[in-house]
This record gives sequence, structure tokens and C-alpha cells, in this order.
Amino acid sequence: MRNLWIFINRYNAFFLFIIFFIIGIYLTVKNNSYQRSVTLNSTNEVVGTAYERLNVFKRYLNLGKVNDSLAAENAKLKTTLLALTTVDSARDVKVIDTTTNQQYTYLAAKVVKNSITLRNNVMTINKGTLDGLETGMAVISPQKGVVGFIRDVSPHLATIQSLLHKDTKISVNIKKSNALGSLVWGDNNFDIRKAFIKEVPNHIKMNVGDTVVTSGFGKFPAGIPVGKLSKTNIATNDNFLSAELNLFNDFSTLQYVYVIKNKLAKEQELLENPVKLKE
Amino acid sequence: MNSRVIIVNIIRWFILLFVQIFLLKNMGFYDLSTPFVYVLFLLLLPFGIPNILLYLLAFGTGLTLDAFYDTMGVHATACVVLAFVRISFISISLNKDAIDDPEPSLSYMGFQWFALYAFLCVITHHLVLFFLETFRVTEIGYTLMRCGLSCIFTLLLILLVEFIFYKRTSR
Repeated sequence: MRNLWIFINRYNAFFLFIIFFIIGIYLTVKNNSYQRSVTLNSTNEVVGTAYERLNVFKRYLNLGKVNDSLAAENAKLKTTLLALTTVDSARDVKVIDTTTNQQYTYLAAKVVKNSITLRNNVMTINKGTLDGLETGMAVISPQKGVVGFIRDVSPHLATIQSLLHKDTKISVNIKKSNALGSLVWGDNNFDIRKAFIKEVPNHIKMNVGDTVVTSGFGKFPAGIPVGKLSKTNIATNDNFLSAELNLFNDFSTLQYVYVIKNKLAKEQELLENPVKLKE
Repeated sequence: MNSRVIIVNIIRWFILLFVQIFLLKNMGFYDLSTPFVYVLFLLLLPFGIPNILLYLLAFGTGLTLDAFYDTMGVHATACVVLAFVRISFISISLNKDAIDDPEPSLSYMGFQWFALYAFLCVITHHLVLFFLETFRVTEIGYTLMRCGLSCIFTLLLILLVEFIFYKRTSR
């Protein structure tokens, strides 16, 4: 103890220096807002970086769940949008309840099997009869463009006869002229980014770059963008014109689709084909 | 004799701090070179002063400056470092038992010794001062430039003061 005291006393200059220096630094950091913020920040930075690293991993693990919820939310929003835009205002209703007048609702579905390389491509989605799907419902892609029709349904799954199929024909409009045509794929050209619009009347003038949208006469709601014309006035043997168009949606990267439920589909079918349904 | 030393130092403390706070605080070349002549008070404290008293005086002087500069603790820390350098330098360069001069001033110690002494003390003081003030490493170039230029300014002023109050007879 005595030796320690002697030791401290001999080097008192240094020990006193340490004491006073620490007091000075303490005062500096405690009383000056800038220095304080820097010291606090640098300690927080370490903690913050660690948490950030951890979060990146966590986010990655939850990616699927987040995707699903986003797609569901998108479907919900699109439904709301349709409720606001496609109300049949000409009808004589007293109570203006926009939700009951809505003709189309969207249902998000995940593509579980996709095919683009065949002549007749069919894909599978993870929604089925339990979700209210029926044969013949229209399917569109989340960004832009049409996908196809529901072909077969099981309780939990459904197959889609995609546009890339020889039996698929979709009624479309050329937006500028409102000329009607039918969209088909694969007329000696099996590029998944291209399709053809056929049976356009001869007198219609088509320009490269014109947008093609769904006509609303088939299963699809009107006005869904399909693609842009890339080659016009292809001569055919019949009395109609053909045109080539670039599709908006990319079938090769399709992850989610929206199935469109048409509330009036049954009614329309009953009206148009009363005999067939009764059989 | 002893009371005279105390009175001289007290007067010196007041004059130097007065000059520093009311005159030199407003001086500076492009915010790069700002003199801190008040350290002269710490440099000129008598040889026989106890370490604890030296540290207390350094800390108190620094705190007074901090109060006027609104930089709590920065000057105090710098002054404490200066006191440590002062003690170390004196114990290394001089034989403590053989010191017969009252204080380490230019008139007693000669130009060479005093210039080195002042230079070492001032440069450490300024380094600590500016780095504590900046408190970041990214502006190290700017800080070092400020430190160097301020150091030159301070040293010039200190030597000037020392030459003005040079006591030829006492040597």
C-alpha cells in the first residue's frame, strides 16, 4: 500500500493529468451538443448496422409472404378501382351502392407452373373452386396485358389456357379506330412476345404503334391494354387485314396473375344460349 | 517574494484573459489562424509550483475560457494537456534540484530553451483544442492547417510579449 502510494506520488503528474483530462473530455462531450451527438451517433451506428444486417436476412425469409400480401392488396385495390369506374350508371337504381353494381372482381393467384415453349401452352395457378373460380374466366397479368382463360378447375388449383395456345382467341380493339379484331398467337411465329390481330376489316387504317386493348365483348372487361402494333397490313387470303403486335406482358416472367370474376357472366350466357344451358 | 509572485501571476492572469477574450477572440485570418495567447499564463507559472496546483490552475483557466467561448471543456482539456507537457518538458530538459530561476520565461531561460518550450506546449495545446472542437477525423487536413497556422500566430504573439517584457538585468 505504501509502495503504491509512493509510486502514485512519484508519477503524480501523469495521474493528475489522466484525471483532469478525463474530466475535461467528459465536460466536452456532456455539454457540447455537437460532440455529444457525434459520440452517441457513433455508438448507435454500430448497433444500427448490426440490426440492419439482421433485417436484411429476415426480410429475405419473409419475401414470399410479403409478395402474397402485396398481390392480395393489389387485387383488393383493383376491385375498388373497378367499383369506382365500371358502375353501370344508366341503370335505374334508387340506392347508390357502388359495390353491388360492380361487374368485375379481381382475384390474385400465383402461377405454380408456367409453360411457354410449346405450341399450346397451359399454366397452373394456386386458386380453385374453393376460391370461386370457374371454367372460362378471364385471366390478366398484374402489369399489363392478357394471359388467357381458366380451363380446368380443381378445389385448390386451376389451369389456364394461355394466349399462347392455338384455341385462344380474344376479342380486341385497336384503340384509335375502335376496329374490332381477334387476338391470336402463333401464326408461323412462335415468339412469346408477339401475337397477331386478325379479322380486322379491310377499310380500317392501322398504324405502327397503335395500342390494342380488349374490346369487352368477350370474357375480358373492356380496355385492358394488350400490346402495340409492330407490323400492319399483312395481306391474307381472306377479306380481312392482319397485324402483328408486341405484347405488353412477358409470359416468361409471369409470377402472379389476376383472375377476373364476372358477376354477370351466368346471366349473359343464359340469355345468349338458353338452349345450351338447359341441356 | 512569494506574495509578489502570486500577485504578479494574478495580474498576468487577468490581463492575458482580458486580452484573449475581448481582443484576440475577435481576431483571426480567414478562420484559419486564431491566436490563443492566454496559454502564456500557464507557461510562465513559477518552477516551484506543485503539480496539483498547476493542473487546477490550468483546468480553471481553461474553464474560464470555455465559458466565454461557449465550448464547455474544450479549452480546459487542452490546458490540462499543456500542463502535462510543461511538467514533462521541464523535468526532462532541466535538473530540478539545480533550478535557481523563479519562472520559465524568456528573460531567465534564454531564447532557445524558451522557444522550444513554448513551441511544444502551444502545439500540443492547439492540437487538442482543434481536434476536440472539430471532433471528427474526416476534416483532418483542414484541422491540421488551422492548428499549424494558429500555432504560428500564437507563438509569434507569445515571443513578442516576452521580448517586450524582457528583463535584461535579471539574467
